[in-house]
This record gives sequence, C-alpha cells and structure tokens, in this order.
Amino acid sequence: MTSTPAAPGAGAYLDHAATTPMSPAAIEAFVAELTATGNPSSLHSAGRAARRVVEESREAVAAALGARPSEVIFTAGGTESDNLAIKGLFWGRRTTEPRRRRILVSAVEHHAVLDPAFWMAEHTGAEIVLLPVDDEGRLDLDALRAELAAKGDEVALISVMWANNEVGTIQPVQEVVQIARPYGIPVHSDAVQAVGQVPVDFTASGLDALTLTGHKLGGPVGVGALLAKRGLPLTPVLHGGGQERGVRSGTLDTPAIRSFAVAVTEAVGARAERAEHLAGLRDELVRGVRAAVPGAVLRGPDPLVDPSRRLPGNAHFTFPGCEGDSLLYLLDSAGVQTSTGSACQAGVPQPSHVLLAMGVPEDDARGALRFSLGATSTHADVQRLLDALPQVVARAQAAGLASSAGTSRGVSSTTTSTTRRPA
Amino acid sequence: MRVLAAMSGGVDSAVAAALAVEAGHEVVGVHMALSRNREQFRAGSRGCCSIEDAGDARRAADVLGIPYYVWDLSERFEDTVVADFLSEYEAGRTPNPCVRCNEHIKFEALLDKATALGFDAVATGHYAQVVTREVTETGPDGEPVTRTVRELHRSPNEAKDQSYVLAVMGPERLARSIFPLGGFTSKDEVREEAERRGLSVSNKPDSYDICFVSDGDTQGFLRSRLGARTGEIVDSEGEVLGEHEGAYAFTVGQRKGLALGRPAADGKPRYVLEVEPVSNRVVVGPAELLTVDRIVGDRSVWLADDVLAAAGWDQAASDWFEATVQVRAHGVPVPARVRAVVGPAAGASEEASGAAPAQGGGMEVELTGETLRGVAAGQSLVVYQGTRVVGQSTVQRAYRAARATSLAG
Repeated sequence: MTSTPAAPGAGAYLDHAATTPMSPAAIEAFVAELTATGNPSSLHSAGRAARRVVEESREAVAAALGARPSEVIFTAGGTESDNLAIKGLFWGRRTTEPRRRRILVSAVEHHAVLDPAFWMAEHTGAEIVLLPVDDEGRLDLDALRAELAAKGDEVALISVMWANNEVGTIQPVQEVVQIARPYGIPVHSDAVQAVGQVPVDFTASGLDALTLTGHKLGGPVGVGALLAKRGLPLTPVLHGGGQERGVRSGTLDTPAIRSFAVAVTEAVGARAERAEHLAGLRDELVRGVRAAVPGAVLRGPDPLVDPSRRLPGNAHFTFPGCEGDSLLYLLDSAGVQTSTGSACQAGVPQPSHVLLAMGVPEDDARGALRFSLGATSTHADVQRLLDALPQVVARAQAAGLASSAGTSRGVSSTTTSTTRRPA
Repeated sequence: MRVLAAMSGGVDSAVAAALAVEAGHEVVGVHMALSRNREQFRAGSRGCCSIEDAGDARRAADVLGIPYYVWDLSERFEDTVVADFLSEYEAGRTPNPCVRCNEHIKFEALLDKATALGFDAVATGHYAQVVTREVTETGPDGEPVTRTVRELHRSPNEAKDQSYVLAVMGPERLARSIFPLGGFTSKDEVREEAERRGLSVSNKPDSYDICFVSDGDTQGFLRSRLGARTGEIVDSEGEVLGEHEGAYAFTVGQRKGLALGRPAADGKPRYVLEVEPVSNRVVVGPAELLTVDRIVGDRSVWLADDVLAAAGWDQAASDWFEATVQVRAHGVPVPARVRAVVGPAAGASEEASGAAPAQGGGMEVELTGETLRGVAAGQSLVVYQGTRVVGQSTVQRAYRAARATSLAG
C-alpha cells in the first residue's frame, strides 16, 4: 500500500527533515476531499458526511499510534500542538495547584517548545528549567532526577522531544515518564521527527501528550495533532466554536485531516521497511563524508556504532573552518539541497542551540550541516553530495579564512549578544 | 563572469542586480545582515538592515530568478564600522561610517568571501563609473605589454554621485567591483527600470541616515554607547559659555545644538572650532576661525598610479600636482595642489618601483582657490582630476597657513 512520492525537483534533496514530499495517496485523498462540501460541525447530511471523514481519520491516526480516538486533537501542525501542550498544560495545572510553576524542558528542544516556554516565563510567571544533555545530545536523566528530587512538587510539566530534529538523537522518553510518574507531573513529547521513522506507541510510552505533524511524514503542511490523555487538564489556547473537546476551536479542515490520516497510516505501516532503506543510505552517507572530508565531525550518536540511538534518516556533521551558509550556498549551486539544521532569523543561520547545549564550541557550530533523508532519497542523491563535497569544503574553508581575517572573533568588547535563546 | 550582487533591499541594488543578469553574468544575490540584534530590526525602510529590507531583497531576487542568500556580517560590522564610529567620535574626530562600511564590509569582508567562494566580481548599486583603458608598457623582457587600467569616475548623476564614499576601496578592490548604475543620469530612470522589470521596490524611498542609528539621533546613540560625560563649552579665549554632556557628540563646523544661553558679543552665530577629547572641552567661535586652506591626511589610498608617476618623486614625497578635493559626501570640490607623502606604512623600496609609492601613507593639500570651512579630523578627503578619482585620505588636521595654528586634531 506504500506509494512512492515524486522527488522534489531536480538535484539531490537532502532536507526531508524540513519538509518531505506528499505521498500520492495523501494527495489523492486531499484532492478528493476538496471537492466535497460540508462543515463537520453542521448537523445536516453534508456536515455529517464531513464529520464521518474526520472521525474515520481520527480513528486511523489513533490506530497507527497506539492511542484512543478520543485522545487525538487535530491542530494546524507541530507548532500549534507544542504551544497547546506547553501553555495548556501549564495553565490547566495552575488552576488546581498554583505552586507548580516550573516548566522542565530539554535544552535541545525545537523552538516550537522552547519559545512558548520562554513566553510563559515572561508573561505568566513560569520558571524555565533547561535540562542538560550529553555530548551526543541525549538528555541527562540524573539531572532530571536531581531536579525532581529537589523541587518535584513545584513542577507543572516536563517536555522532552522524542527525537532531535538537528542531530537525530533519540531521547529516553520512556525513562522520563517513569521518573516523573511518582511526582504526578504530566510529560509531553514533540515526536514530529520520530513518527514514521522509529516506533511510536502513545499508550505504551506512558506520555500524557505527544505532538506530530503532517508534512514531515508525507502529509500536507498545515495539519497535525496533539495526542492528549483523556482527563488531562488542558486549557485551550484557541477559543471559539468549541471543536475538538473544546480544547481547540476552529472549523475542522476535512481535506487536510483526511490526507494527514492517510499519510500517518502509510508512514507507520511502511516504517520498518523504509527505516531500513534510510539507515542503509544514511550509513553510506556517513562513511562517504568521513572519507571525503577527514576533518568532518559527526554530531550526535554514531549510527555505525549503535544505530538504535539515532533517527535512521538523519546525519549531521560540522566542518571545521567553514561557515554553514557558505557550505549551503556551494552545495546548492552544485545541485545538493541541505540545511544548517538550526533556526534562521531573517535568513541568517544562527549557531545552533542544540550543538551549543552538546558542548560544541561556537566556532565549530557555525560550520554545521544536516543531511536528512526521506522516502524519495536514492543512492544517486548521496553520491551527488559525496562528489561535490571535497571541493565545496575546500572553498568554504578558504571563505572562512577570508571572513575571519581582520577581525578577532570572540574577543571584541563592543559586541553584544542579545539573544534570549538558551545557550 | 560569476557575479555576487549585494542586495540591500533598495531599488538601486535591485536594478544593479538586474543589469548584471542582463549583461549575461551568472548572478547570485546576497543581503548582508549587519545588525547584531536581530530582534530589534528597524521597521522602517530607511536603513539597510531591517527584516523588511531583507524581504524586499529576497523578493527582488525571486523576480530576477537568481539564488538569494543572507550573509551575517554583523560581527564584522560591529567590530569595524560601529567600533570605528565610536572611537573616532570619542577621539574628537568626525567619522564617515559609510566610507568605513565600504572599506571594511562591502569591499573587504563581502568581496573577500565572494572571491574565496569563486565569484569574479561584486556588483553594487552605487552611482559611480568605472572607465577602462588600455596602456602599453615595456615588459621585463623589453617587449611591449598591454594592461587594462580601471579608473573610478564620478557618476553623471551629480546629485547621487557616490565616488566620494567608494574611493577608499583602492585599485585592487576596484578591479573586482562593478557598478551597473554607473551610467544612469537620474534616479527616476533607475526607478523606471525597476518598474519595467516588475521590481516592487521601484517606489521605495531613498535611505539617508546612518543605518545603525535607528532614529537618526546620532548624539543620542553616542550617549547611549559612550555614556554621558559632562564638560565645558568655551570660546577661543577659554571663557566658559556653557555645558555639554559629552564632547564626543560635537563635530567641527557644527552650529546647531550648542544650547548656549548668551549670544556672542558681535551677535554672529558660533560654530564648533575644536573638540578636545582629553580635557572634554568644546571650543566655539565665529565662522571665520573655521576657514582652512591646508589639509593633512593619513591612511591614503591612491587609484591613479599614472598621476603620481607623472608628478614625479623626490625623496619622501611626490611633486605637487593640480587637482580638486572634496571633504564631504555631497560637498563642492575645490581646486588644490596635492602631493603624496610616504608614510610609515610605505617602504622606501616602493619608490623605485614607481607603482603605488604611497599607499597607506600621507597626503598634503593646499587649497589654491576657495577655502573650506569646518574640516574635521576623521573626515574623508577625496582627490579628483575632472571626474576621475585620484586618491583618498583621512583628514588628520586642517589649518590656515596664514594663522599657522591647527584647528583640528
């Protein structure tokens, strides 16, 4: 039942973690539903038909992820789900237990978790605790234990991603849940990068809430879900018509939801086979990069040592002496599309907070490139990268030297950093 | 050629990029992010570092069908242009940050990185012309060798001419720069070209202010970065006339903002004659004391070997040659005789080679016609012959030969 999507344009597309092509089945479902009219909240026959599509989709998503249908809250995607989880859980908890003001998040979370958490700190009196990670980007469980032992009764929620979007590190979510349980603290996990790549079972995980999104697994952009246990105190972020258990108002997007459900079902159903294919290509890529550029440093767990610690479609390197934007430009002009992996502001790649949290020096962090594979990735894509890479890195190193000439980076007293991102 | 088009988000650089594309070059657009604080980008369209401008540049690149990137040069900008701006004012001098930006950012950081990445040239939307001519010389083996000389000239658009702020780049940088707007005689013409190509920036207002001084309040910016330092405002006899919050905020020739309670005895306006950073004093006086006819510069850049060679050399200086000099971006050029002086940076051996004997050295200027008023140390002085840029220097001091007293520096 797996359908292979069309590859995105000419050249080698190695940025599937940013967004990946829609599968033909998801496109078909999306287009078919666009021709139907009906608001799922309407009581007439057109509305009922739409409602049926939404509920069938809910059941499909739940079945694919080991959740109950009533635990699926459709949203507009990962960012909305994360905002709902962080803000909704904090507010929901505070009404009954006002002293629980601490939000514990790993230092390597996506900005869709970090920024709502910092916003809550600035506006609603929350306190943020950034949980440290080791040099592979894996959460330090002892730090979590110590934090809870000291102030467990002040914690409102914990959020730890299932797998990191930059370096692909799989987090010990199960252990986090076990550690948190005695304290009665709800745990949320952003599993946007994990679903379809590694096994994800909501009930078995013991999580209270889990984020996923459509466009990372073959569905459309603009639709996703928050899986949330029934009875979880969740204060709405969007108020209005009371859809989705009254937690997420807004007319349900029937075409997107149906397409999303098809994509989730497909991605989870084909996961084992696809993951094996991706891991094979990824290992070839890792070996190839090491051979082509001996100075390149793999970041995150080494998949050739223990593949279970890393997403199968992810490879991430830093290239000493290079700026990420130079590498990006040179590879792009060689027909290889990649990413520095970190958030851009105004188009400027910032040194990644994930790498900095892993203890990578800022200068090294500037030379980061993430390669992420997906359903359309081929051996030829990897080969194209490996063919271009030696010359690209040599050029980028020359440009890096040119950039650092005449300025003594890091010793200027006039330079002020005003970032509020965690370092 | 592979050309990097520097795209500020304004109409000039967008049209320059378009012309580079149409000239058959392989063009990539790059917007320079210069503000260190990306969350407080300016919302207006006056500067060159707002998010809106980055978006406009991206949109222009889309329309032209060229790749587009943003390069973060904010650290370099802070370390060079902003730091120079602050330290120059602190030293009682008057910097021109646009000149330093061209020197350190556009035609150094950007150009060097572009060259390293394999680009042949950088194209900008500056209004200035590059004129090339062939010269034949005798080569080392006695055979005639032809080489191309690139001259920097004023734009025919006198109101917009930017040769003054470009002169600092020097010959080697000029060889890797192109100015596609060089031949345009009016801004309206450029706007029409933008409109014709569907570039939505065609109606964008021009920028005038210093891009990192967000509200145009230079004194406020200096005070916030350097702190208030109260001192005296005195006349040339030393009599205290008032107080100020920091001598660094004053510039020689300034008339406004002195806030002196009492008018001068003769009722005439008073100007800043001198800024004394050590004593933190500002000296004011009548306009006639501002008049100078001698200027000494340092950190000279020469763009016309042939002019210096024709003048000839005697020991540590060239002979005098006739030129015009300009000390402000839109100032009037005045006739002068000029000579290059070998500075500490230039070795004696260069004299023998005859090529660029005084790069980085000194410059001496004697005004032969009109005098100039309010020439401050730190200002950029550009030497022209006709429309051609001969050289550039940073004013070290300016004085009047008859009085023989230094008024600045």
